[in-house]
Order: sequence, then C-alpha cells, then structure tokens
Amino acid sequence: MDLPSLLTPVAILSGVGLTFGTLIALAHWKLKVWEDPRIDELSDILPGANCGACGFAGCRAFAEAAISGQVVPAECTVMGSFELEEFAVTLGVEAGEVEKRVARLLCAGGSNVAVQKADYYGVESCAAAVAVSGGGKGCAWGCVGLADCAVSCTFDAIRMNPFGLPVVDPDKCTACNDCVVACPLDLFVLMPQQHHLIVQCRNLLDGEAATSVCSAACNACGRCVADAEPGLIAMRAGLAVIDYERIELENPAAIARCPTNAIVWVEGAQVFPGLELAESEAR
Amino acid sequence: MDRTRQAVQLTDMWRRSTFRHGVHPPDTKHLTAEIPIRRMPFPAEIVLPLRQHAGRPARLLVEKGDHVERGDKIAEADGFISVPIHASAAGTVTDICLWPHPDGSVATAVRIVLDSYSPQIPRPRIVPRWEGLSPQQVVAAVQQAGVVGLGGAAFPTHVKLLPPEGVNVELLLVNGAECEPYLTTDHRVMVEYPERVHFGIRVMMHTLGVDRAVIGVEKNKPDAIEALDATRPADLDVTVLPLTVKYPQGAEKMLIRTVTGREVPSGKLPAHVGTVVQNVGSIAAIAEVFETGYPLIERVVSVTGPAVRHPANLIVPVGTKLRDVLEFCGGLTEDVAEIVLGGPMMGACQPDLDAPVIKGTTGIVGLTHAETKPREAYPCIKCGRCLDACPVYLNPQLLGALAQAGRYEDMEKARLMDCMLCGCCSYVCPSNLPLSQLFALGKSGLRRRKDQAA
Repeated sequence: MDLPSLLTPVAILSGVGLTFGTLIALAHWKLKVWEDPRIDELSDILPGANCGACGFAGCRAFAEAAISGQVVPAECTVMGSFELEEFAVTLGVEAGEVEKRVARLLCAGGSNVAVQKADYYGVESCAAAVAVSGGGKGCAWGCVGLADCAVSCTFDAIRMNPFGLPVVDPDKCTACNDCVVACPLDLFVLMPQQHHLIVQCRNLLDGEAATSVCSAACNACGRCVADAEPGLIAMRAGLAVIDYERIELENPAAIARCPTNAIVWVEGAQVFPGLELAESEAR
Repeated sequence: MDRTRQAVQLTDMWRRSTFRHGVHPPDTKHLTAEIPIRRMPFPAEIVLPLRQHAGRPARLLVEKGDHVERGDKIAEADGFISVPIHASAAGTVTDICLWPHPDGSVATAVRIVLDSYSPQIPRPRIVPRWEGLSPQQVVAAVQQAGVVGLGGAAFPTHVKLLPPEGVNVELLLVNGAECEPYLTTDHRVMVEYPERVHFGIRVMMHTLGVDRAVIGVEKNKPDAIEALDATRPADLDVTVLPLTVKYPQGAEKMLIRTVTGREVPSGKLPAHVGTVVQNVGSIAAIAEVFETGYPLIERVVSVTGPAVRHPANLIVPVGTKLRDVLEFCGGLTEDVAEIVLGGPMMGACQPDLDAPVIKGTTGIVGLTHAETKPREAYPCIKCGRCLDACPVYLNPQLLGALAQAGRYEDMEKARLMDCMLCGCCSYVCPSNLPLSQLFALGKSGLRRRKDQAA
C-alpha cells in the first residue's frame, strides 16, 4: 500500500476529530454551569440513603440547602456524630441542634391481649389483608401484625415482637416517614422523643365494647383526663387524646390509674404488654 | 333500536350465547336450588349500618331511645347517589354506635331492639302506586323506597333509571344469569315470582322509555326460563334468552357482550352502548315496592354451603345478624372453615358473625376445610392460563407481579381499573397465586397513595 492513499483517511479522521473537539471545547466554555464544589464534597459525607427524613428530595438536595443556609447540618437525622461534625467543619457552621423525633406505634394490641376473631390466609402483607376483610383481628383499628412497616424501614429500626407488634428502636429510627406511609391503618406517628406520654390505642369503641376486643384498649374511662394537668388530655370519640401543644404539662401521674395500660409513659423504646415476660423467657 | 334487535336476533340464530374467556367452576347450586323461599322469623335485635349502598352513606334521622315502626325511615339519602334506610322491624333504637360491617370494617349503625309480641305490621303504603306516575316521579319513588341493586354491588337503582344526558337507551337487559356458584336467590325469585319480575320490567321500561327487554338466564336454570317464558305479558316485547353456563356470565359487561355483541368501552357505562342492565332480584324488588307500598326492608338470601346444616333460601329482614340467620338454618357444622358473603368467587370472607345482612347481601356461604384448604403459593411459571381466563382481556400475570412489587401506578397503566375482581385468574392459576387479592391490594393502594398525595 502506498503512503499517500494511507494519508487520506488519517487526514480526514484527524480533521473530523479536531473539528468536533473544538466544538466540544467551545460548548463547554460557552454552556458551562458553575456549581459549588462543596455540594459534591458534602454529598459524600451525607449517608446517601435518600430517605427524605429531612424533607428534601435527597441527600444532594439537602447539601445544597445546607450551603444556602436554609437548614442546619443536624437536620439530617441519619448522620452519626462524627459525620455531623465533619459536615459542619467542611461548611464552616455550627452543627446546630434538632429535636430527635421517632416513630411511635399507636397500638398495644399484640396477639397476647387482642382478640383474634378469624385466621387470615393470603398475601403476607398488612395492606393486602386490610384490602380484603381486615386480617381477622377483633379490633378494626389494631395492628394487623404482618410487618409492612418492618419491610419498609430503610434503617432496620423496626423489629416484630413475639406478639406480632412492631417495636421501633429509637436509636436507629431517623423519622423518615416510611413506616407512616406503609401502615394501612395509619398507626404510626412521628413525635419528638421528649414526649413521654402516649396513648397506645386508636380503638374508637368505649367501655366493655373496647375491652372485649383487646385488654390493652382505651376504654374511655376518663381517669387519665382527671389525673393529668387540666387541659392536657381530653376524651374524644371513645379515645383519650393528648394535646401535644401543651405537652410541657405532662407527668407520670396521668397513667397511674389507667385500668388497661393504654396510656403509657415512654422512655426510649415503647414497651408493649407481655414483652418483659417474653424477654425473660427467652433468657 | 334496529341494530340492537338485529344483534339479539343474530345471537339467537347462532346459539353462541356467551362471551369469550371466563371459567367453568362447579356450580354446586343443588343444595338450595329446589328449596322454596321461606320467611325467617324476626330476630331479637337488628343492626342497620348507614352505609349499605354504593355512594354516600345515608344521613341519620333517629336518636337513641326513639321508637320506630316497621318501614319507618331512619336515615335520609345524602345526595342523588344515595338512598334512605328504613327500619326493617318495629322496635326501640337502643344505640347508635360503631358496629362490624360486612365489608370487614366498622361503620356507624343503628341498633334496634324489637318489640316483643309485636305483629310487625308495616305502616300503610309509603310508596305511591305507579300507575300515572311520570318517569321522574317513578325515579323519586324508587329512591325514597331505598331500592338498590340486589346483585351484590348495591348500586342505587334509581340512578340507573335516569341515564346520563345525551345517551339513547334502547334495550333493558335483565340479569338472571346468577353465575356465582352456590347462590340461588335470583333463581328462586324467577321460579316463584315470575309475574313480579315482569311487573318490574314493565315499570322500568315505562320509566326508561325503552320498548324491548331481554331476560338473560343461564341454561342451568330451566325451570326459571320456563316460568318466565310462560308468564310473559302479551303487550310487551320481552324475550327470555337462555345463556351458556359460564362464569362470569352475570357480570354486567359480559352480559351485554353476550346479548348484544357490543363491548362497553373502558370507563364507560352500559348506557353508552344503549343498554341498562338490572339484576332480576332488583327488578322484583321494584315490583314489590310498588305492589305493596313498603320500602325495601327485606331481601332473599341463600344460606348455603356444605358447612350449613340446613341450607335454605330465606326472606331476611335487612339488619339481621349473620349469627341469627345461621342459627335459624341449624347452625354450622364442626368443620366450618370460612363464611363468605356473596358467592365464593367474588364474595367477602367474614371475620365477624355479628355483622348484619345488608341490602347487598346475596348469600351466606359456609365452606368447610375441604373447599378452603390454604394452599401454598408457588412462583409464577408464565403459563398464560390467567390471560386465557380473563374476561376483560387484561394480563393478570403482569398485574400480579406489579402488585407484589408495590408498583401500583404501573398497574393503573396496565388497566387495573378495568378489572372487576371476578377471580377467574386466581381460579385457574396452577401456582395458586392469590391474584385477585393482589388486584384488590393494588386498587386500595392506589386510592391510598392518591389520598396521601392530595
């Protein structure tokens, strides 16, 4: 093969390469969007779970918000203390403080205290059971116990106890809202961990109608209303309702006379009836 | 008009009176098919939920402690797609409380303890005579009488009597298919009260302004076909059309397909293809309401299934607890496994026997372990039997997989909303996948996500 015929394609290809290379370089120079280099840096420090607990679309969006000063670093509840400090130092701000929130279950009706009217056979999911006839529990408001919340939890913070109730580990819980969305009966609420007083029941029946389906149900007797500071607890539609706007009035006296232990004083994880017993048996 | 008549004649000629796909479950109607309808004695207490029909629940009119006579209105219709509820027996309202509802939830209900030794005579004529009423007055009278579809869905009947603006209804289709296994309520009504069915058809044809009616009856009910044919009024154009025995022949859209050859477009009403479909029991109820002047306060229920000691077809006051009905039928056998309201294909299993019979309760079926043994579900083997069974041409295999993955929005794109939960796919699945339950999950999950987004 002679040299000139080899040079032609080489020249053409080099020309094409040079032209497009120039075009790309021009486009890069002309269309360049400046982005704060700290966004990438901060995104690397963030956990990358994109859980949404902070209220932003993901970790990157949170990093952008942190740079613009909309949020303090501590509003990412998933970061550990080491990462939090690194994040704050990188950004040159105080880590700040946010109220630690956790998911709380508003039901204490495990299989040991709640009446089971019928057995359920079918798709192993609370939502599927509720979509047909409610899973067979005597209480129409009670936890179905098929663990949709535990499956949905990104942080492995929910474990089912031996009586089929989900127990949230407050240390692992980031208040990301996934279990709140997953529960077909809306039994989860996110609340600050400092709130100790919780009514672990959503049964709207009162008196014996309530206790006949679950011995841990609120039977609307009104003792907690009388024992608590006036105005803290009200009795509404067969259920004691705590006014969390006035939660600073709370004290453990409110739960003293509850006949069913539906209202509880929670420090750390929620405790459901019979659990201590089950744990000691396991030991 | 002509096209409908032509279509009917064509199907007559070809004797291909069926639709495509579907399944053939054993009909097991022999338990109650020959048993005449009896009246059940009044129970000690009735419970009337305010939500007994599709649409808005009724608005409460009575208070605790009130005394009501049989047939008195206890709740008023709330809007047009709603009907009032009447006391089905004379007694005292002891409580207005939350009570187990047959759909598995709890709902506000009126508890009435019946007067002892009361003759239970209803108040004289609440509903006017139909002669001389204009169509609008008939519609109003039917609504005030609380009549709903008695085939299971409990859609208010008067809404069907007033087709939407701009559609031309030319055919009244009377649904006597009763394709669900076990159930025999419509069968017995057709055998025992054929004149009432024809009277109801007359009222409906007058109100709708149609001049042709077809009664579709599955061929496994020859006595019903014979009875209806023998009592056919000479002055009305009514045809009794024997249909192939196949499930779900009694589904509204399948019946239209069978009789007229037309397909109801997705998301449209039967009126859009010129037909109104009404269950034969509801037709008889309209007739009864105008004949006697009493509102809809009782209905025929098949109490059947291998787990019921003495199966029967009963006239039951609405609001009677399942427990009382089953007790009257000799109770349940020891090996009872499941109580289903409605037929076994589409009916809802009952976790609570305190739930009352409501207007939409077609039957109470007691099944034993032999019929309901829970079987292990295996992975889908992509055999395609569900596609061949689905009467609305969906892909149940795909929908099931999407439901298991929680991709409800994709299910909607795969036309989940055309699914009527007939259960054909679950019935044929060799892997025992609970497909129709997954679709129920998809529908409720989609509704929930839309609520949460709103």
